[in-house]
Amino acid sequence: MTIEMLDTELAADLRRTVRAFLTERCDPGTVAEVYDDPAIASRELNDGWARELGLAGLLVPEADGGAGASLAEAAVVAHAIGRHAAPLRFLTSGVIATTLATRAGDRDLAAALAAGDRYAAVAFPATSPTLNSGLAAATASNADEAGTAHVSGTIAGVMEAAGADDLIAVLGSGEDTTIVVIDPAEARILPFLSLDETRRLADITVENAAARIVATGPQAVAAVEAATLAGQVALAAELAGTAAQALSTTLDYVRTRVQFGRAVGSYQAIKHRLADLWLAVSQADAAATYAAQTAANWQRGDEDLREARICALTALAYAAPVAVQAAEEAVQLHGGNGMTWEYPIHLLLKRAKAGELTLGHPAANRAALAELTELPVW
Amino acid sequence: MSEHARIDEAVAAATAAAAGLTGAEAEARAPHAGLLYDYGLAWVNFPRGAGGLGVSASLQDYADAAVDAAGLHRPDPHDNAIGFGMAAPTIAAYGTAEQKTWLRRIYTLETIVCQLFSEPGAGSDLAAVATKAVRDGDTYRVTGQKVWTSGAHNADLAILIARTDPSVPKHRGLSYFLLDMHAPGVETRGLRQITGEAEFNEVFLTDVPVPASMRLGEPGEGWKIANTTLNNERVAIGGGAPREGGMLGVVTRAWREQPEVRDPLLHDELMRLWVESEAARMLGERTAQQVAAGQPGPEGSGAKLSFARNAQQLSALDVRMRGVDGLRHDSYEMRRPEHYSMTGRTPVYRYLRAKGNSIEGGTSEIIRNIIAERVLGLPGEHRTDKDLPFKDLPR
Repeated sequence: MTIEMLDTELAADLRRTVRAFLTERCDPGTVAEVYDDPAIASRELNDGWARELGLAGLLVPEADGGAGASLAEAAVVAHAIGRHAAPLRFLTSGVIATTLATRAGDRDLAAALAAGDRYAAVAFPATSPTLNSGLAAATASNADEAGTAHVSGTIAGVMEAAGADDLIAVLGSGEDTTIVVIDPAEARILPFLSLDETRRLADITVENAAARIVATGPQAVAAVEAATLAGQVALAAELAGTAAQALSTTLDYVRTRVQFGRAVGSYQAIKHRLADLWLAVSQADAAATYAAQTAANWQRGDEDLREARICALTALAYAAPVAVQAAEEAVQLHGGNGMTWEYPIHLLLKRAKAGELTLGHPAANRAALAELTELPVW
Repeated sequence: MSEHARIDEAVAAATAAAAGLTGAEAEARAPHAGLLYDYGLAWVNFPRGAGGLGVSASLQDYADAAVDAAGLHRPDPHDNAIGFGMAAPTIAAYGTAEQKTWLRRIYTLETIVCQLFSEPGAGSDLAAVATKAVRDGDTYRVTGQKVWTSGAHNADLAILIARTDPSVPKHRGLSYFLLDMHAPGVETRGLRQITGEAEFNEVFLTDVPVPASMRLGEPGEGWKIANTTLNNERVAIGGGAPREGGMLGVVTRAWREQPEVRDPLLHDELMRLWVESEAARMLGERTAQQVAAGQPGPEGSGAKLSFARNAQQLSALDVRMRGVDGLRHDSYEMRRPEHYSMTGRTPVYRYLRAKGNSIEGGTSEIIRNIIAERVLGLPGEHRTDKDLPFKDLPR
C-alpha cells in the first residue's frame, strides 16, 4: 500500500484556508489572553472553524450532513491548529467526540456536531492512553428507562468539559463496553487552572446521573477503537505543527539577533542544535502524515486496524517529545526573551508539554506499541 | 516513441543479440554487460553511444527490471561501486570522446575504479588537497598521499583531484584526472581500521605520469567537477525501505527469537529506537516521493545523519543486551574484505563498524553545517582561507 506523503491540491487548499483563519483569529496576542480570561475560547471563536469553515462535519459521513472526509484531512487541520496553539475544540469535539458519536451510531448527535450546533467532550482523564471514563454504571431496571444507565464517579482532568453541550463517556471494557451521553447539567464540572490553558481541564463528578446509552458491545468497542485512533492521529499532527512553529520562530530570531557583532545563528553551537532539531521536526511531520494517511487507508477499508494503530502510536510517541524539545529549544535560544510573557514561545511550550502527556505519555505509548509489534518486555 | 517504448525496444534488441554470444564474451564475468551497454541499457539517462538512451534517470529501475525479465545478466554495481556511482556520471558529463571510451570498460567490470580524493590534511576540508600535478609537456607528474581509498588494491583506474596551481585560492587551483593505477610510482597500502580489517587504503603517489589527455575538463575546474562526483556519492534516498530493516532488524530479531536478551531495563530504549527508526523511514518515504514528483526537498541531507545515529545507538544496544555474549568477537585479524555488511558478523564488529557511519561520506558535523546554511538559511562560518592563495595558507 503506497502511503501518499505529499499534499494533494485539496489538502494544500485546506491547509491555506485554515492557516488564514488562524492567522486572523488566533494570533499569539489573542491566544495569550486565554490565560487571563478563559472566555476568550468562546463559542463564537469555535464557530469560526466549525461553522464558517464548515470543519465541524469533516469526519461525519455525508449521509449525516457531514463532509465525509478522512483522518488525512483532519491531520491537516490539526497541524495548523498546533502551529497556533489555538484554543479550539477541534481535537476534543471535532475529532474524538465526533468519531465516537458517529461510530456509536448516534446519528442525531453526529448531525448536530456536524452542523456546529453542539460541541461535545469525551469524559476521560486527559493523560489516559484510553478513552475509558472509569465511571461506574447501574443499568435501569425500570422498563420506562430502557436505554438509560445511571452513572457515578469522578473523572479528573477532562479536556474541554466546561462549556461542552454533551459529555460522552465510555464505560466498562471488552464486551461490556458501553457508550453513554450525559447531560452536563447532570454533572458537577469544576475547571481548574492547568499548565496549558489553551485546552482547559476540569474535574467531573456525577452521582447516579441518568445517561443515555448510545452503543454497547462490539459496536461500542469498534467506536472506541476508531475514536482513539482518530485522537492519536490528530494529536500527533497537532504536536508536529507546534514543533514546526517553535523551530521556524527560533530560526527567524537567531538570523536577526546580533551579539558579539554576529548573528547568533552564525555560531556553530547554535547551528548544530538547530540542524538536529530540523531533522527531528521533519521526521515528526513525516510520521504524523504517514499515520494520518495509513488511518485514512484503514477508513477506506484498504488497511487493517493493527497497522493503522502502529503508525498512529509511532507518530504520537515520536512527535510528542519532539514538540517539547522544539519548544524548550525555542525558549533557550530566544535567551531572556524566551522567558517573557510577551514573546509567544511560552504558548508553544505549554501546549507542547501538556500535549506530550495527553492520550498517554510517550513511554506508555511505546509500551502499547511493543505489544502491537510483538516485542515483549519479558 | 515513448521513453518506456525505447527501453522495451532496446531490451528486445539486446536479447536477440545475446542469443548469438559465444566464446570469451559468454565466459566473461558479466557476459551480457557489453551488449547492455551497446544497446543503451547500462545507464539509460546517458546519451546514445555512451551506454544510454537519453531518457529520464528515473526509468533505470524500469530498464533493470526489463533486462532481468529478459533473462539477461546485469553486472552487480557493488562490484564497481565507485566506477558506477561516481566515475561514470562524471566522465559522461565532462569527458572527451576518447575519455568516454572508459564507460564501457567500467560497466563491463573490465576497469575497476577507485577514488583518490581525501588526504591526511584534506578530510572535511577537501579543497585543501595538497597532492601536486605538475605539467611536463603532454604529461602531468603527480606526487602526494591519498587516504581512505576503498578498493585501491583491486583498482585499474582512479579518479583523482590534484593541485595544478598553488598560487590561487584553494578551490580554484585543482584539476580532475583519470589515473592509471598500474602506472609506475603508485603504491597502495592497506589501512587497518578499529575492526582489525582493512576496507580502505593509503595510496602514495610518487612522480606518477598522467597523460594530459586524461585530465577531465580544464585546468582549475577540479573542484567543480569533483562536486558533481560527490553529489553522486550521496546515499541513495531510501523510498520503499521495509520496516525493521538494517540494524534495527538485527536487534528486533534477537529480541523476538532469544528471550534471554530481553532485559526489561532496556525495553524502553529498544522501543525508542524502534520509533526513531520508523520516523526516519517515513521521512525517507516523503523524500523519495518528492524526488519522484520532481520537487526534491532538503530532507535528503538529513537522512545520513539519522542513519548514522540510529545505527550507532542500535549497535550499542545490541552489545549491551546480550550480556557476555555481547562481548564475544570472531576476529581482529587484518584482512581485506571483498564485501562487507554493516549488519553482519558479531555485535562487537557491528558496534565498531557503525562508528564510521558518522564520519565516512561527510561527517555528521559537516552535514549539520550544510543543513544549517543551505536548508535553514543561517549565516556561514567565518572563513579565513577563502581568498588567500593556497601556498600562503597555514597548514
